[in-house]
Amino acid sequence: MGASPYQPINGCFDEMVGRDGAVRDAYQAVDRWLVETDPALLEQRRREAEVLFMRIGITFAVYGEGGDPERIIPFDIVPRVIDATEWERLARGLEQRVKALNLFLCDIYADREILRAGVIDEALVLRNPAYLPEMNGFRPSGGVFTHIAGIDMVRVGDDEFYVLEDNARTPSGVSYMLEDREMMMRLFPDLMAAHDIAPVEHYPSELLGTLRSVAPKTSDRDPTVVVLTPGIYNSAYYEHTYLADRMGVELVEGQDLFVEENRVYMRTTRGPERVDVIYKRIDDPFIDPLVFNPNSALGVPGLMTALRAGNVTLANAPGAGVADDKSVYVHVPDMIKFYLGEESILKNVPTYRCGEADDYKYVMDNLGELVVKEVRGSGGYGMLVGPHSTKTEQEEYAERIMATPDEFIAQPTLALSTSPTFVDSGVAPRHVDLRPFVLTGANGVSIVPGGLTRVALREGSLVVNSSQGGGTKDTWVLVPPTGGKEAASC
Amino acid sequence: MLSRTAANLYWLARYMERAENLARMLDVAERTSLMPGGALADGVSDSDYNEWHSVLTASGNATGFFASHDEPTREQVIHYLALDKSNPSSIRSCIETARNNARAVRTALTADLWESLNQTWLDLIATKREEFRRGELQTFLDWVKERTLLFSGGATSTLLRGEGYRFLRLGTFVERADSSARILDVKYHILLPDDQHVGGAVDYYQWTALLRSFSASRSFYHSYRSALTAGNIAEFMILSQEMPRSLTACLAETHGLLEHLADLHGRHLECHRLAGQLYSKLRYARIDDIFEQGLHEFLTGFIAQNTRVSDEIAVAYLS
Amino acid sequence: MDIRIDHKTTYGFDTASMHSIQTLRVTPQAFAGQRIGRWMVTGNGRRDLPEIEDAFGNVIHTLTTSEPHEGVTVMVSGVVSTIDTSGVVKGLTETMPAAVYLRDTNLTKPDDAIRDLAGTALKDPLETAHQLMSAVRTAVNYRTGATDIATSAIQALAAGEGVCQDHAHVMIACARVLGMPARYISGYLASADGGQVHEASHAWAELRVEGLGWVGFDAANNVCPTDCYVRVAHGLDYQGAAPVIGMRRGIGTDILTVNVEVAPVAQQDQALAGDLDKAYEE
Repeated sequence: MGASPYQPINGCFDEMVGRDGAVRDAYQAVDRWLVETDPALLEQRRREAEVLFMRIGITFAVYGEGGDPERIIPFDIVPRVIDATEWERLARGLEQRVKALNLFLCDIYADREILRAGVIDEALVLRNPAYLPEMNGFRPSGGVFTHIAGIDMVRVGDDEFYVLEDNARTPSGVSYMLEDREMMMRLFPDLMAAHDIAPVEHYPSELLGTLRSVAPKTSDRDPTVVVLTPGIYNSAYYEHTYLADRMGVELVEGQDLFVEENRVYMRTTRGPERVDVIYKRIDDPFIDPLVFNPNSALGVPGLMTALRAGNVTLANAPGAGVADDKSVYVHVPDMIKFYLGEESILKNVPTYRCGEADDYKYVMDNLGELVVKEVRGSGGYGMLVGPHSTKTEQEEYAERIMATPDEFIAQPTLALSTSPTFVDSGVAPRHVDLRPFVLTGANGVSIVPGGLTRVALREGSLVVNSSQGGGTKDTWVLVPPTGGKEAASC
Repeated sequence: MLSRTAANLYWLARYMERAENLARMLDVAERTSLMPGGALADGVSDSDYNEWHSVLTASGNATGFFASHDEPTREQVIHYLALDKSNPSSIRSCIETARNNARAVRTALTADLWESLNQTWLDLIATKREEFRRGELQTFLDWVKERTLLFSGGATSTLLRGEGYRFLRLGTFVERADSSARILDVKYHILLPDDQHVGGAVDYYQWTALLRSFSASRSFYHSYRSALTAGNIAEFMILSQEMPRSLTACLAETHGLLEHLADLHGRHLECHRLAGQLYSKLRYARIDDIFEQGLHEFLTGFIAQNTRVSDEIAVAYLS
Repeated sequence: MDIRIDHKTTYGFDTASMHSIQTLRVTPQAFAGQRIGRWMVTGNGRRDLPEIEDAFGNVIHTLTTSEPHEGVTVMVSGVVSTIDTSGVVKGLTETMPAAVYLRDTNLTKPDDAIRDLAGTALKDPLETAHQLMSAVRTAVNYRTGATDIATSAIQALAAGEGVCQDHAHVMIACARVLGMPARYISGYLASADGGQVHEASHAWAELRVEGLGWVGFDAANNVCPTDCYVRVAHGLDYQGAAPVIGMRRGIGTDILTVNVEVAPVAQQDQALAGDLDKAYEE
């Protein structure tokens, strides 16, 4: 066989081909497969995947009137492979990070030691829109605020992973992680058989276990868990039905629940049924019209009082969002040191806060090299990617920063790693990130190996968000080549 | 099962049934209005008027119609009942509401059932029609009946016989009972057995049309093998155990489904008592007694009791 | 002064509701300026409503009704002994860090007009607060019916009129602009002397004054609370301190009737007040 036709981008770390031009160990089989498989067959498989996703109904937008666009998030057939050692280190880093985030949340809603110690500025937390004063003094069951966290990571070198963003409220995308795996099993069973891939299929049962472990102590029965959705018009509705279905629990809307005597019940055909744990997929401002947005029809009146009375657990707990605020992000390594006495295993991207004079000047002088984001923005909207922007775009953006500097942060443009991706022109390098899902229950942290790999399908693009033309890939974490297999073959 | 899910299934079926009944009523009205004018006592225009007016009354749409229209002309009534988006009870709106209910509970339906319903909706909005000429209406109404039958057939042959299925069927029979009673009530005057004669041409035509609106002209002859008389027809449409759109048959189903749910949940509630009471009354009734009591009074009473059953079903299960 | 309070709130529904819930913040807390003699909260005749403390330290009772009903009635009654502390609130358990009271809410966020009204802080924070109180009183005329419970500080100032709730919101918004923590107080006002503007149910603001702690400012009356004031609950704005906030399932409109009687207890009435408990046990 000839050399791989695949050419990494100069200056970017590639997941498959190392800087020395050699195929990295974890990718040996994938490389062979890409070289040996007829591109026409790959194309055929890619189409099959598309049809399957459409048929199962894994759609991104929901049905509108008269058959409006119903999009699927593009799926790339080339897996992203992470070797056992890399993952082991990542997993330790993730566990450490999420532990610290939960300790931080418990602290700032109770004794506020980290603020008193001056490690983090008081105003940054207490006046943060994502901080909920209504949660003050609340001690969550099991000491967990963020039960399901999604940590967005990027890689820039062999051993260099950066955390781009923490998602401590309602991270989505886990259904794609699971569906992508199922799709790969259907399409490429032989390729999968050639690897020892850590399974992810047990995520729903891990999630259910996590949720049950934090049931309120006042519940003396087998806890009842439900998934609370805003309804069919939410863009993640498919994921809500998927998770409820796989966990075997009810998918409820606010109107299905009611509070009586500070306890939560759902309306069923058998009469009211007590609810102990709510996996909440509604944003905090909408969960209880008596306390927050009084016009919300999505929530449950009295839910906050039931929560504070200790009769129901909400996952994630209201107010968890302050931990993933982009201005708080800067301090996560400080939290890890403060609460755990450890150095952060995962790196933070250096971040400039435009609200601070020195940083402001640096950012304004270097707009062409930086990525600038809104502190409260998400989904890849409203950001400026310096190197890919025009002079006019930079000038317009500069005016926005000038008007409200506090609202912006900036980071150096990272050379996100690339991964071989099947596109119209064949197999080509495209930038990827990784969102592992970290579960925290009363008995500690668990992480299903891998996560969701998002890929920027447009050539040269660094934005992986699905709303901006991103796709997904199956993520394979290889099982360590320990004695297990060899012993069995003896 | 969540009450909301049960409610969605119940209303899904009610709206599909309502669409079907509307199609039947329009069908009969169209046929009747085609009758030669001389055959009716009061002349063409008046009979025309009466016919379209009575469809509005029978389907409970008269108030809504006259709020925005003056004359119940053929075109206006057909448009209002078949296609009007602003009328929540038009065939179009019924199918749309049914589909929205289905969409909210997709996981409680089979893929077959959902896809067929979704297709019905997509076809309906694709036609973009605003009016029907004589021949076209028939085609449209046949299509509606075909799609609604497909829905009931799909439900019966693909759905798991769980709670969901029971609520879906409950919706069908509660709606059907209501609709049958209303159709009879609008036409009760032609069923009054003032004279026990075998009717004249006009009676014959009216009676046949009524039977047709129950899809029952063939089955009537099959069951009775006797002359068409008002008493026979009323008995058939109200008390027959075999005729699937008769009031008794509908209540037998409602009662049976509710008893099943009561056993399943171990809860006997007001809706069970009311449905049982109403069913027994019909089952052991005699048509002569009903006429003695007054057919109109009987039907009005039935409609009210059936509505109470529906209200109590809502209290017990759906809210 | 011993102040007796009888506060009855009735919601009448024009169609029966299957479920309703009311959050009641109607239980005063003791501090150096007031002692609670006796206090009773009943909802639809029940005295055992579930009770918890909210994040701000208020006592919350919850009244829920899950069978068809056409209204709910909340009765609050009791006696509070007060002394005049010139508005200074000492001895209250503070659960919330002061910085939280600098947060904007929908009802209290500022606009340019509010920033203008706030002006600049004087050297002495107490003086600043008094100056603010007068400015608010002048800028917002007392008039009932011009605003409602959803009126924001911005709207009230723009309209130039409102009730005590609006005065409190504007005052709070201004104080926060100047970096002074501020909060909304709901309570009662017993006024013996005529001529002064007041309602029996009342609202005012508290500002955190450097060196003094929390101090009440009643901009509607342009005074600091005296022993005529009974302090009940506090929050970031009306929504966080409102005596009764409720929702129900169903359609139609609600008819709200509130009857509040607040009166100083004269010596001969003391015995009568003692019978309160018994009266409501029936």
